[in-house]
Order: sequence, then structure tokens, then C-alpha cells
Amino acid sequence: MDKLLEVKNLTLKFKTDEGLITAVEDVNFSLNRGEVMGLVGESGSGKSVTAKSLMNLNAANAIYNPESTITFNSTKQEVDVLSLKRPADLKVVRGGSVSMIFQEPMASFAPSINIGKQMIEQLQLHNDISKKRAREISIEMLDRVGISDPSQRINQYAFELSGGMRQRAMIAMALSTKPSLLIADEPTTALDVTIQAQVLDLMKDLVKDFNMSIIFITHDLGVVAQTADRVSVMYLGRIIEEGSVREVINSPKHPYTKGMIAALPRLDNLGSPLRPIPGDIPSPLERPPGCVFNTRCEELVGDKCSLNTPSFTNFGETRRVACHLYEDGSDN
Amino acid sequence: MLLATYMKMEVITKMADLVKVENLSVSYKIGGGLFSQNYLKAVNNVSLSIKRGSFFGLVGESGSGKTTLGRALLNAVPISSGTARYDDGDVSYELSTLDKAELADYRKRAQLIFQDPYAALSPRMTVRDIIAEPIEVMKLCSSREEIDNRVRTIASRCRLNLEHLRRFPHAFSGGQRQRISIARALVSDPRLVIADEAVAALDVSIQADVLNLLKTLQQDMGLTFMFISHDLSVVAHICDHVAVMYLGRLVESAPTKELFKAPKHPYTKALFSAIPSLNPDDQGTAQRLEGEIPSPTNQPSGCKFHTRCPHTIDICKKEEPILQNTDRQHEVACHRWKELFNI
Repeated sequence: MDKLLEVKNLTLKFKTDEGLITAVEDVNFSLNRGEVMGLVGESGSGKSVTAKSLMNLNAANAIYNPESTITFNSTKQEVDVLSLKRPADLKVVRGGSVSMIFQEPMASFAPSINIGKQMIEQLQLHNDISKKRAREISIEMLDRVGISDPSQRINQYAFELSGGMRQRAMIAMALSTKPSLLIADEPTTALDVTIQAQVLDLMKDLVKDFNMSIIFITHDLGVVAQTADRVSVMYLGRIIEEGSVREVINSPKHPYTKGMIAALPRLDNLGSPLRPIPGDIPSPLERPPGCVFNTRCEELVGDKCSLNTPSFTNFGETRRVACHLYEDGSDN
Repeated sequence: MLLATYMKMEVITKMADLVKVENLSVSYKIGGGLFSQNYLKAVNNVSLSIKRGSFFGLVGESGSGKTTLGRALLNAVPISSGTARYDDGDVSYELSTLDKAELADYRKRAQLIFQDPYAALSPRMTVRDIIAEPIEVMKLCSSREEIDNRVRTIASRCRLNLEHLRRFPHAFSGGQRQRISIARALVSDPRLVIADEAVAALDVSIQADVLNLLKTLQQDMGLTFMFISHDLSVVAHICDHVAVMYLGRLVESAPTKELFKAPKHPYTKALFSAIPSLNPDDQGTAQRLEGEIPSPTNQPSGCKFHTRCPHTIDICKKEEPILQNTDRQHEVACHRWKELFNI
């Protein structure tokens, strides 16, 4: 397979007044060209921080563990993302070969500059093209994402567009440089369901057309089920389960994944009561020792859960679970 | 004989309406000059009734007027026209014509739970003071001891650790904060609670816990809830009756099971099919809505949904459908619901 991205031993701490906060711990994953990966987790799970690391975009108080590496195979060269320092070098992973779309499109566009100007600026930053050509590409992209009357819309400001339109424009802007990796951080969370459905359809189409990879960050398992090929579940900075979407959603193995799916109100089992996961997500300042989930787990297997961090048990080629339940090789 | 009469009365009071809204409209003034005035009709001619002790769900997308309707029932925005009658058995008020004393009393009986538990709690007050504030403002207790007792009772009902009452909100997670907001809303012993997107900001694993708590509190304290949400799966699980709003109108209203089993309005059907299914193989069958909800300042003629409806015919563009009862308390506002029922 053609590997586009490889993340190894990613550990990231933030230096704050209250001490060092571990945001991501020992995260490993890789992504193939053309693959859509879902990164699922609740608040504080480190999913957004992981994504930002891919663009070396975390705040100045972020401290990467020296062993952490992120390798990005762009078409031209292999890039060691975390070693990039100069703004000129960072361009490759910031809008060049890697693009990102965010949850709140209103906050992602400059309010006092029209959409066209912003699209043209970033196109010219990454490609050696004329302003006229950049404008043409921008209009084409706006048209491609389903914005009607694109040659008029391009002169409008972000506040003049509706929420769904804004998110479409954001997608158009992110894709105009033809990135090989798109990071989508909760791109539909702020949208209404009917608009969400439209945007998800659009993204599915675009994946096919542009043959790019997507990392889809969301807390919504339904959205992941509808978009991703593969999913990684994160909890308190660690990946705890990974596999194909079908396997993970239909037969979750980690107690946290099981709990999250059982807690989800579903339309196909209206009569059954909702089963919450007991307790609260611990504060990142009080990370539990041992398995990070042990304070809320209902399937503890003795002291080792609160003493040792579980290692991954593999199930087949693509599936792995970090839980002491499976360490003896059993598949319960 | 006496017993039978008593039981009959019991049944009647249980089935009685706590809130009965008729042709209610709420308009906001927007812009306009000295001689001209422009209005935005956020809620337009809505009629509904909420039974005592029920869990009433109100769903719709942003801009549908669900929050405004909730606020009108709390007398937090002025009612432009129509009536809203509140009757809990002890007192009965017409919300559009409350005087000062009645309003003060109504505030005890109707309370609100907010969406964002981070914004709703003052960071400078202890949890105890946050929960006690409504009692103090409404002068429900005379001594400090009495207030403390009441705070402790409601806090333990909301499954808060009593040791935590002296702490400040920053020490708590989202789920705990939302339980503090709930305790604060319930401390005046209200009859009607309006929960506006009360679980939307919570993580899934926490959301289920708060929903279960709301349901338990409703049953134990005999509360009536109006649960405003954009999340249909949540509403389906917790509500007895659901009303769907679109652009300020009520388009469909039915008991939950009935609505989810057999939605009649094309908009409701489209809403259901837009929910991303948890089954990865379940793709492509969904019916997609084109376009977006029109601006409330520039509303379409006739049926407000006709610009996006896949079944629009001439009459939909000209005439606005009225909400009509089909059967078993299932109401729908659509010209073509009968012929479209089997589609």
C-alpha cells in the first residue's frame, strides 16, 4: 500500500501554570493514499491536538517528546513534519499538501476581507500562478462545491453567507490547492442535520474526484459510520481501539467503545433505556495511572488495570485494541 | 360510587393541560425608520397543548423559532398575538396579560435550563450560592438554615456530592455543571421546566446520564418538561409527545412513537432521513433536502416549506396549509399528507 502519513510515538504535553498537561500519549497510526480515517473521541481525548500536530500547528507551549515522529510522503519529497521550523518549509503541511477545515466556518474566514481575496491569496501562496488564474480556479471550486452563482458569491463576505454556504466555501478553499491530505475537524457539528447530510454527501463525492485522504475528526459515531473506511477511538490522549468502521461499530471490543455505543440514543431501539458510562471524564491534570479508562470501566480485570498501561492486542491485519481483557489472546 | 368519582377526577387532572397555546405569534422589531417598522415573525400562529406531567419535545433546525416559543412560555419575550394559558391546578394564568404579582409567582412555577453549562454558572459564586440564589431572589425561605436545607435536598436529588457545595464551578466537568444548573432550576419547586438544548453541549457518555436524571426528576417531582432540541434521537428517547417546527410554524405534532413510526409531513420525513445512520452499510437510501431554511425576514408564500419540498404542487405555493388532526392526536400541516402518506 502507498503510505501517505505515518505517526510514530506521538506524545505531546502542554506547559501550563498548573504544570505539564499530557494531551496526547504514545499515539501511532498510518494513513494510506485515498483512505478516509475517522478519529473519534469525546472532549479532552486529544483528537484535535493530534490533528494539529500533523500541521505542526499546536501552540508555542506544546512540548513534543523527542521520540515523536510524523512523516508525510508528499508527491515530491518525504517530510519530517515535527522538524520543520521555517515558515517557508511549513507551507507544505500548512495548506500546500495538507489542508484543514474547521468546525466554525465563521471563525475561519477573516470577517473584513471578501471570500475571493482570501481564496486567491492562499492559492498564490502555494502555487506560482497569476491572480487572474487563481480567481478562475477559485470560481471553479466554488461551483464544484455547489455554491450557485459563484462569480457573484466570490465577492461576498463570510457574514453574507449562510452556515451551510460558509462551510462549502471553506471546503472549496481548502481543496483549491489540491492537497493530498484533508483534515476535517468536526466540519458538520455546527450545521443543522439536513445541511449536514448535504455537506457529508459533498465530501464523499470530493474524495472520489480528488483521490485524497481525509482524517475526519468527530464525536459523532453516525457521521463516522457514513464517511470513514477506518476509525481510531481516542480517550484521554490515547488511541484505545482501531479497526474498520464496520468492525468497530458493529462489534466494539474496548469497554469504552462499547459504552459509548450503548450510551448513544438510537432510532432503531426506542424502547430500550439509555446506558450512560458511569462517572465523568477525568481532568487532564489528574490522569489515572494504568489504563486511562480504569476509573469508569465496568469490565476491570484486577489490579493491573490501575497499575499497567495495556498494550495493543491485534485482531487480524487492521484491528487492534488496547485493553487488558484481551492480553491473553482471548476474544471475549 | 364516591371512589369511582374520585378516580375519574384523578384521571381528568392527569390528562389536563398545563399549558394551552392558541394562535401564538411572537414578532421581533428589526430596523425600520421613524414611520416604517419591520418585524420578524419568529413564531407564527402556533397552537399546541402540553399535558400535565408529560415530556413534550420541540424539534426544528436553527431559525425554526423553537427557542423563541420556549421563551414566550416563560414570559421572557412579549407575546405579540394569541393566547397562552397556564393552569397547574392551584393557579391559572393567561401569560400575555400577567400583572406584576402574578409574574413573580409564575417565575417560581416555570423555570429554564440552559444549553451551555459553562456559560450558565457564575464563576465567582460557590455551588451552594448558585443553587440558593433563586430562593433568595424569590424570597421563598426566611432563615439561612431553611435555605441550606432546601439546597441540600435538591442537590442530592440531582446527584451532586454535598461536599462539593462549597466549591466553585471551575472545579467541575460539563456533566456535573449541567446537574448544578438543573438543581438551580428546580430549587423553587417549579411545575413547568423548559430545557433548551440542555444536553447539546455534553459528550455522549455524559449526555445519557443527564437524560436519565431528567426523566427520573420528572417522575419523582411530577414535573412537566418542554424539551427543546435539534437532536431527534435524543427527543425520541425521552419525550412522550413531539412537535416539529419549521420557520416559525408548527408543521407536525404527534405522540413520539406515532411520529417516529409514521411521520406524515415531508419535512419531518426529510429530517429523519438526514440523521447519519450508525450502520455503515445503510447508505444512499436517504432522501436529501435541497437548499437551506429560508430567511425569516423573507418568508416564502403559501406553505413555508414549499421551496425545499420534493412534492410541491401549485396549491402549496399559494395557500398556507393549516394544522389538522389526522387521528390519535397526530396533527399535520400539509396539503398533500393524505396522498403522500404511503410514499
